[in-house]
Amino acid sequence: MTTAAETIAVRPRQTAAARTLGFISRAPVHFSLIAIAVIWLVPTIGLAVTSFRPRPDIASSGWWTSFSHWDFTLKNYDLVLNANKMAPSFLNSALIAIPSTLLPLFFGALAAFAFSWIRFPFRDTIFLSLVALMVVPVQAAFVPTLVEFQDIGEYLTGRKDLITGTYAGLWIAHTVFALPFCIFLLRNFFITLPRDLIEAARVDGASNWRIFFKIVLPLSVPALASFGIFQFLWVWNDLLMALVYIQEPDLWPMTIRISQLLSTYGVEFNLLSSGAFLLMIVPLLVFFALQRYFVQGLLAGSVK
Amino acid sequence: MSATAPGSIVAKPPRRRLASVVGREGFHALPFLLPALFLVTAFMVVPVIWTIALSFNTGAGLRFRRWVGFDNFERLLTRDHRFLNRDTFPWTGAVINNFRWVVLYTGLCLVLGLITAVLATRVRYEAVFKSIIFVPMAISATAVAVIWLLVYAPDPQIGVVNALIDGAGGSPVSWVGQANTVNYALILAYVWASTGFVMIVLSAALKGISQEVIEAARTDGATEWDIFRRVQLPLLSLPIAVVTVWLIINVIKVFDIVYIMTKGGPGGASRVIAYSFFVETFESGKGGYGAAVAVFMLILIIPVMILNIRRFRSEAVTG
Repeated sequence: MTTAAETIAVRPRQTAAARTLGFISRAPVHFSLIAIAVIWLVPTIGLAVTSFRPRPDIASSGWWTSFSHWDFTLKNYDLVLNANKMAPSFLNSALIAIPSTLLPLFFGALAAFAFSWIRFPFRDTIFLSLVALMVVPVQAAFVPTLVEFQDIGEYLTGRKDLITGTYAGLWIAHTVFALPFCIFLLRNFFITLPRDLIEAARVDGASNWRIFFKIVLPLSVPALASFGIFQFLWVWNDLLMALVYIQEPDLWPMTIRISQLLSTYGVEFNLLSSGAFLLMIVPLLVFFALQRYFVQGLLAGSVK
Repeated sequence: MSATAPGSIVAKPPRRRLASVVGREGFHALPFLLPALFLVTAFMVVPVIWTIALSFNTGAGLRFRRWVGFDNFERLLTRDHRFLNRDTFPWTGAVINNFRWVVLYTGLCLVLGLITAVLATRVRYEAVFKSIIFVPMAISATAVAVIWLLVYAPDPQIGVVNALIDGAGGSPVSWVGQANTVNYALILAYVWASTGFVMIVLSAALKGISQEVIEAARTDGATEWDIFRRVQLPLLSLPIAVVTVWLIINVIKVFDIVYIMTKGGPGGASRVIAYSFFVETFESGKGGYGAAVAVFMLILIIPVMILNIRRFRSEAVTG
């Protein structure tokens, strides 16, 4: 504190010349930052502009020329949403992502509570095993889980596609692969809750369930939101796991639909750009509305 | 749990205590733990062991058929030129491509993330700048792939990179259509998507460095470069290490962007390990061979697992 005050007192008053000099010496910083920002923005702007341009224009002139002759249309969106089934796929993406977020959140919070506030044998060993499982690649489980899903379906109803022909397989897979990280993140938050509060509730005769639902969950909304948003975007953006577990084309999420556009029509930018933009809308909205939680979730995933 | 050293003499008294704890507290923990542990065991731990077993089998039709010992691994590492080709110099194949990804993607993300994090703290529009760099991180790799297909489009009337080359008098390049540029083009697109993450993590760490230390250095006559090199960089070493590990895991698993942009082409030139797994398992139906690729990925990931556990243990000890 005192050093900062001294610094200000000692430093000579800045003259106009010094200030100008200061600005010029900082010009390279401003210049590089603006250059980097432009490079980072141009690709996305190009996609957004292209998605509103008529098909013949896209093929005959660059998107950057479209500002001089104003001609924009919603036809690409109409085509991709209806004729190319992006509208039902949008719904599929939501029907995949919402349960795939809520299920690990619920089961993960339960387990994280046990790891933080109930004593049981081998607690640390089991927890460390879960920490180790956080980085297991999904590829190492694809084939066996598919076989398991088929066998379970056949055993329960005689139909092999009971799980693989619905969203259920993808829900289970996303839940399982999110659980180790979810438990890790929530447990690290739960243990920071005041011990006195939980002990006092115990003394008053509150059961673990009551403590979990009435004290721990309400106090942990920021951590639950961080994980929830992170997981929702992860699932919404996922292509690989959907390719493996969703075998029924009517259930395809938007990511698969876009890859299908490419293999059916080749590189048709009127369809691809509008399709990709539709895929981006939800993550962009979530990002701008809930940036703080999203960043917290990511930081927790890396730094902790 | 009941199988704790039954023959041991010294274990007897503690065991009774253990049993009573299991009886009371352990029992209460079960309903909280069981759903998660059951799911993880049934659909992750068992499948991973299953996959390891499958890698020693032909696995035709994705089921156990005929045991073949180490044949899959031998073929993978010696005879599969799309996976690893050691007959040419330099070596080629998915493993080498993935190695290229590890070096270039990780290196570029770190350098760009560090530069942007350090520079952004010096200007008043820091928040806006950081949002611009970070946004691609929220977007699906599928959308990133489409965005960059447009940027790299070979026609200078469509792709902005070739338009610039055309404007400068050069001839357009099919960046993702030819073997010698495709990997670099893909890596740059993914660097664009991930730099924001590195920047955010390092920027958060920079904010943790006390302003007093920096001011003190300044009054002692340190230049801005000195401050970065001698004060900020040493304090960033831990977050940089953490981010590096994250980037490397991300690269070992990279798939979506390759699948959309090139399907591993042209002629297998841009295949990566995860792509080889997908092709062998689901397009060729060779379950055992694909499982060998998955085991290869697991082996690459194991050091990270150990690192994570070590880090967590040391954190638990220190506080």
